Amino acid sequence: MSAGFPHKHLLGIEPLEPSHIETILDTAQGLREVLDRPIKKVPALRGKTVVNLFYEASTRTRSSFEVAEKVLSADSLSIATSTSSVQKGETLLDTARNLEAMNPDMIVMRHSASGAPHFLARHCRSAIVNAGDGAHEHPTQALLDALTLRQKKGRLKGLKVAIVGDVLHSRVARSNVWLLTKLGAKVVLSAPPTLMPPGLGALVPTTHSIDEAVEGADAIMMLRIQLERMSGGYFPSLREYHRRFGLTEERVRRAHKDVIIMHPGPMNRGVEIASEVADGPYSVILDQVTNGVAVRMAVLVLLLGGTQETQA
Amino acid sequence: MTARMPAGFRERQELMDQPRLSRTLARMAHEILEREPEVTKMVLVGVRTRGVPLARRLAALLAETAGGMPAVGALDITLYRDDLTTVGPQPVMKGTDIPCSIDGRTVVLVDDVLFTGRTVRAALDELIDFGRPARIKLAVLVDRGHRELPIRADFVGRTLTTTRDEIVQVQLSEEDGADRVLLLERTPEPRPARPRRAQRKRPAKGVSKGSVKATRKTPGKTRRGGR
Repeated sequence: MSAGFPHKHLLGIEPLEPSHIETILDTAQGLREVLDRPIKKVPALRGKTVVNLFYEASTRTRSSFEVAEKVLSADSLSIATSTSSVQKGETLLDTARNLEAMNPDMIVMRHSASGAPHFLARHCRSAIVNAGDGAHEHPTQALLDALTLRQKKGRLKGLKVAIVGDVLHSRVARSNVWLLTKLGAKVVLSAPPTLMPPGLGALVPTTHSIDEAVEGADAIMMLRIQLERMSGGYFPSLREYHRRFGLTEERVRRAHKDVIIMHPGPMNRGVEIASEVADGPYSVILDQVTNGVAVRMAVLVLLLGGTQETQA
Repeated sequence: MTARMPAGFRERQELMDQPRLSRTLARMAHEILEREPEVTKMVLVGVRTRGVPLARRLAALLAETAGGMPAVGALDITLYRDDLTTVGPQPVMKGTDIPCSIDGRTVVLVDDVLFTGRTVRAALDELIDFGRPARIKLAVLVDRGHRELPIRADFVGRTLTTTRDEIVQVQLSEEDGADRVLLLERTPEPRPARPRRAQRKRPAKGVSKGSVKATRKTPGKTRRGGR
């Protein structure tokens, strides 16, 4: 029996109990089947309004939230800040207050500043879902990664997961470290010294060698080199990065023979991941995308659905 | 697994034991066969949770008599509930599984208890999103009355007269470890706490004992239905 999800917002993985995470994963697994139906629409959230407020570029996350909202019959509107009043200098709080005046039930937000959704949660009545805040957290990505791992491996407890790449700028890495350690997986982080943030080493083992990290791994999560966040000087050249930290077929062979390769997208082919690996049989990158819709549906249903346990 | 007893309820009466439950299902299977002889063109769809094992059992019984096995599916109506976003339970999703096209076929919807009819309304809406069946029939193990929508069952195991605050609980070996149907009633409220006695000086000792029984609400009478 599910333990329920007693939260109003989803701001990050860090404050969640393991049982809350499992509730989201179980709900997502149950909802996954809706996407294979002839009519991919259920009336669950009819009459609910969701605003997708994206202060940063996004294809996967935004379209995934939009699909989830449409499948569940919620009314949604997406605001890309490049074409909105934000360009005219409106502050985040003013934008949010104006949107709130239209009475949405939920605001899904991505922002380049860590903590921006937490700020919104303090000032708005709507449920807030963090779709990525700066280099802090990206909870729905970690949840879809966990769902994919659980489907492919049958469990999370005891799995060895290597997270490799630009850990410094990666909110995906942070959310995954929280989630996977809470559910009992063994995480190893690997990055060049310039891209390894101080502090994370206190939670999980770290190494500067990708070969060491992937040794015997059940899953390898590659992180994107976030060139847009780099002011330069983190590594000599993309080619050298690929040679030292890129995931090649040869490196995949060091892992467990049933290893799965994950990437949150968008991929820089030939930089952090070789094309043969991205398209290889062990790659589950496209399963991650489908699971992304299921996980977002679960978050919508749990935050906007009922709250009491009653007799059917 | 053991059967769950909802908080604040206690068993009042056993309505069916294992032999009676299987005889009831056998009779229902015959009634279904009488009206829908083409078993292989039929889809039995159980409403989660306990409609699903009932649908499987009915399918096996139909196969015994008719020779052909009907298709069996499962329906999770959570996303079609009319109270999902108001006061309904936080959803526990187990997923819908319809194994074949339902276009042009006879669908027999199977559930354990028919009460307000709201579950059936949700199930009908969901089924119709999967195709256009030739007809949909409804089979329930227990019809306990108190409909809130114009819905009736085509095949009924047993009809009961109940009061609204009672619960008819169907237990099946697949889910609960045993086959039985119980009528549950609300446990009477505990007596008010002590401090009040100091304020209102009543009633005198001796009288109170008798008055407990006298004031206890008599539960609504349950009549044996049956057809």
